[in-house]
Amino acid sequence: MIGETLTLKVAAASAISPSLRHLRLVAADGGKLPPAAAGAHLQLVLKGATRTHRNAYSLISRPGARDAYEIIVRRVPSSRGGSAFIHEQIKVGDVLEAGWPGNLFAPVRTARRHLMIAGGIGITPFLSYLADFAFGGADYALHLCCREDEQHVFDPWLAGKSGVSVHWDADGRRLDIPALLAAQPVGTHLYVCGPAAMNDEVLELAAAAGWPASHVHCEHFGSALSGGEAFRAFLAKSGVEVSVGEDESLLEAIERIGVKAPCLCRGGACGVCVTPLLDGEADHRDHYLSAAERETGRLILPCVSRARSGRLVLDL
Amino acid sequence: MSIAFKPEETFRGDYSYRNSDAAVLRFPFPFPEDRYMYSVNIEPHVRSGPSDVFLRPFDVDEHYIAECRDKAITLERDPGRCQVLPHMMMAQWDTLELLMENLSADYPEQFSLIKEGDDFGSRWTWINRPLGIEQSFIFGNAETLPCEPFEYITRQAQGDFAICDQRDDNLFMDAGMVTSQADWSLEFDVGMSFMEWHGPVPLAHQTGVFERALKYLLMLRLGQPVRRLNWTMSINPRLDTSPESYPEWGPDRASVTPENAGQKVHLRVELQTLWRLPRSNAILFPIRCYLASLEDLARVPKWGARLHRVLSSLPPQLVEYKGLTRYLPAALEWLAQHDDGRELPVGTEAGVSTLAPR
Repeated sequence: MIGETLTLKVAAASAISPSLRHLRLVAADGGKLPPAAAGAHLQLVLKGATRTHRNAYSLISRPGARDAYEIIVRRVPSSRGGSAFIHEQIKVGDVLEAGWPGNLFAPVRTARRHLMIAGGIGITPFLSYLADFAFGGADYALHLCCREDEQHVFDPWLAGKSGVSVHWDADGRRLDIPALLAAQPVGTHLYVCGPAAMNDEVLELAAAAGWPASHVHCEHFGSALSGGEAFRAFLAKSGVEVSVGEDESLLEAIERIGVKAPCLCRGGACGVCVTPLLDGEADHRDHYLSAAERETGRLILPCVSRARSGRLVLDL
Repeated sequence: MSIAFKPEETFRGDYSYRNSDAAVLRFPFPFPEDRYMYSVNIEPHVRSGPSDVFLRPFDVDEHYIAECRDKAITLERDPGRCQVLPHMMMAQWDTLELLMENLSADYPEQFSLIKEGDDFGSRWTWINRPLGIEQSFIFGNAETLPCEPFEYITRQAQGDFAICDQRDDNLFMDAGMVTSQADWSLEFDVGMSFMEWHGPVPLAHQTGVFERALKYLLMLRLGQPVRRLNWTMSINPRLDTSPESYPEWGPDRASVTPENAGQKVHLRVELQTLWRLPRSNAILFPIRCYLASLEDLARVPKWGARLHRVLSSLPPQLVEYKGLTRYLPAALEWLAQHDDGRELPVGTEAGVSTLAPR
């Protein structure tokens, strides 16, 4: 079980609501997929006409599934284009590239009870949680807050599951979050996934109610992405300039044009690729440089770090 | 690939363990340079490297049967060498699946796995020919195995295994099968966080090695295992150098002389790999131990000379921490005859394809 990229084929696609599309993806070669954990996400490479999007979507398939991955994608009017692409362009039989599943939102296995609060499409990671908890016999409750007209959209994945409550914006149907948080037994872990405003509200209420930060978890997809704004870098020793795309690292761009750069972990930890920065301001994303080293602005780890603005000049 | 197992060799008592020439040549020698210091020497665990032990993710070699037997002896005497906290059941199945899938794919002559399905609830049949085992069971149902899944599969694998649960931006050693350890205790460490179980290591904390390593491991990706080599030394080819059994092996350190050091003193190299587990999101940490005597190693001229230089220049804190103080002078005296002072190429490769006769 070693690998980085997957080639997937769209086996089924269906609209489960006017703004939600469900995709079932299988291995394009007919083989088995790597198993994944509850809370895992899949990064899809969506090759649009003008640019390539790399969007991450929670897997809603049961943890450990090897026959197919399933995702549900909401069409976001203000999206970078990835969700529009999935809703408008993708059809059954299409082949997509994806990374192996990643996981930044796994359930805490020592929890005595799991309390999940989902906002709309934010339910997706919790659909895989439910299958996991069924295996382990964990105590849990899931509260879904959604629009009234979407209250049954997720029924196919919730059928037969106890401990699920659905709430919407109507008298007697709203979720009383402070009351819910106050009623939980000691040892409960809280997970929230929804619109940013809802996440923030739940996190604030939990803190106000005295929940320890270690027991409160929120899905942040952003940190799964290694890319960012495109920028340019000049390699002073080699005398060449390289454009670093939105979806590639500085190190990848340097390698792409054939300049040799030392590296080892490619994850910002080992420090092997540390390179003198002669000019420009770095957006440091590594775990290696000390705060003082960052302050001096003289070093950069090209495997993960990027330009904060403008152009970087590297001693390479 | 057929493997000429040596089922009768022992890692205690008469210590009849020996390396074949091929085993010496594939030894994962850990010193690329003449001096050694801690670093975050982590790299992707790909199917290649300077030694053949890297060709397969879980290496099986000529010592497989004998090592599994030695593990069984240690467990019989001290069942506490295998411990799993209750929340780790998903990770137990992950480990069983990872090992069975890799071993059966990489060593089809020795191991087979027949599945009626991939999901929990499917019937699987595992065949381990070197150990004469055939077991049908239900994947996901521990009642259908003779013992819990982690113990079941790691009894049939060379080396030690720990499973680290990931939570609260930290790793916790919440399961282990530890019978061939370099003087650390699972009984003591089980449940500890990453910084806690690394607490006794000298020098490395000050350089921030552990902070960086932890942050890196928290981001370890499924499908992208990593590896590093660690090392120490042992007197006699003994796998069970645990604190619990110290009275059985500790006094051997006083038995080393410049005359017998070549046979008695062994370099003990751990191939440590780290795997993100798919269902539990835990990290599996296999620690595969390789032993070679100074005499074995000196048959590769580059290794004999380099080991002499590394050990001569080792910081005193590391000499003490690794437990070498008592016998290092004798080992150095023995090794000196194999070091003519010539410049050695950087890298760990043997640089020869055959060994001089013993």
